[in-house]
Amino acid sequence: MNKRINQILLFFFLFLLQVLLLNNINFLGNINPYLYIAFIFLFPLNENRFTFLFISFLLGLFIDFFSDSGGIHAFSTLFIAYFRLSFVRIYFRKNPADYPFFNLHQESFGKVFIYVSTLTVIHHLIYFSFANFSFHNISMVLINTLNTSVFTLILYFLATSVFTKSE
Amino acid sequence: MQQIIYFFQKFKYFLFFLFLEFIALTLIFNNLNFHKSKFINSANAITGGFYTKLANTSEYLHLKEDNQHLSEENKHLKNLLEQHKIVSSKDSIAIDSTLFFQKSVYSQAKIINNNYSKPFNFLTINKGKNQGVDKEMAIVNHKGIIGITESTSNNYTRVQSILNLNSEINARLKGKTSYYGTLKWDSKDYNIVQLHDIPRQAPLKIGDTIETGGKSTIFPEGIPIGSILKINQGNTAENKVDIQLFNDMSNLRYVYVVKNLDKIEIKSLENGTNE
Repeated sequence: MNKRINQILLFFFLFLLQVLLLNNINFLGNINPYLYIAFIFLFPLNENRFTFLFISFLLGLFIDFFSDSGGIHAFSTLFIAYFRLSFVRIYFRKNPADYPFFNLHQESFGKVFIYVSTLTVIHHLIYFSFANFSFHNISMVLINTLNTSVFTLILYFLATSVFTKSE
Repeated sequence: MQQIIYFFQKFKYFLFFLFLEFIALTLIFNNLNFHKSKFINSANAITGGFYTKLANTSEYLHLKEDNQHLSEENKHLKNLLEQHKIVSSKDSIAIDSTLFFQKSVYSQAKIINNNYSKPFNFLTINKGKNQGVDKEMAIVNHKGIIGITESTSNNYTRVQSILNLNSEINARLKGKTSYYGTLKWDSKDYNIVQLHDIPRQAPLKIGDTIETGGKSTIFPEGIPIGSILKINQGNTAENKVDIQLFNDMSNLRYVYVVKNLDKIEIKSLENGTNE
């Protein structure tokens, strides 16, 4: 029960942070970190994935409402939410029995870094491809993806190192 | 039958995933279409209310700057008024005949949400249907043009910024000649837009002013846009001119909504001749 409330709080916290603060940063002209995808990394793994997929879709959709981007955030967020499990299997070698005990903070930093950055880059690549909506300036898409991914990753790892309790 | 059920059992997550992705894709495509963007936009009661609160709190930080803009605009308007004053003797009746030819009405609004860093940018203003704002009206401020209203809710309106790949606006060279072209944006720099298809014989010079052409029913004639920054030399296929905007699109607060009074008449006339 307590965990449920935590997840709901995390959802609204990330959503408000993204909409009110991070969407207006425009670092170096046009770089906005999309930190809200941290929700995908932090949501616990579960056998039943319907709720998780639906909540991720909803998170993306809420952000779309506020940033006038149609359904681009919803599409890209749902995409990494669906393929999260395959990457957990590849990088951490977990099987379904391990899912309830899986915790990102207990894994080694190198693995977590690869896992988080893969999902971030995929999300950003999809987002910027749809945001541009043409094959005209693919170089812009790639540059934007790279810059924003770096920014998002720095923020994510800074935030997790600040907010996790040291043991 | 059993196989079908088995198939659904096996791929239930994937099918659910595909279903949601399909919804998202529909929304993306609808959003890019000027006439269909109804569902997901920031001009609804919830997002509008949110952004209004945010704009109200941040507006105090810019009071000094806004006052400066207002007084500058007042100075400009007073000078214009002074040019048109006719000294009339007291015993004759002055008839202001220009009143009969009024073409547009201005009303003021505040921008509560502004985007300029994406290829398809939109703004949200705090006036809607209840205040008489409809779609396809012009949004301008004292420095120049900003965009066109796109979809309205009761109290909020979404505006398609000129910094949008779909935006096409009729523009012309200021001065005695009236060479005109189409104003578009290439999504690279939010201070620079491009003027396409301006005739080769047009006498272009760097620093010349570009203004709206008045060939559409949306923008009134002669609203400033920007100054020429770069002219393409040589024989390129597209005759493209870079325009530096007068407006700083990243720093907008108070704007005017322009309603064209002749719009219905012009539209019905144009539709009539097409049939």
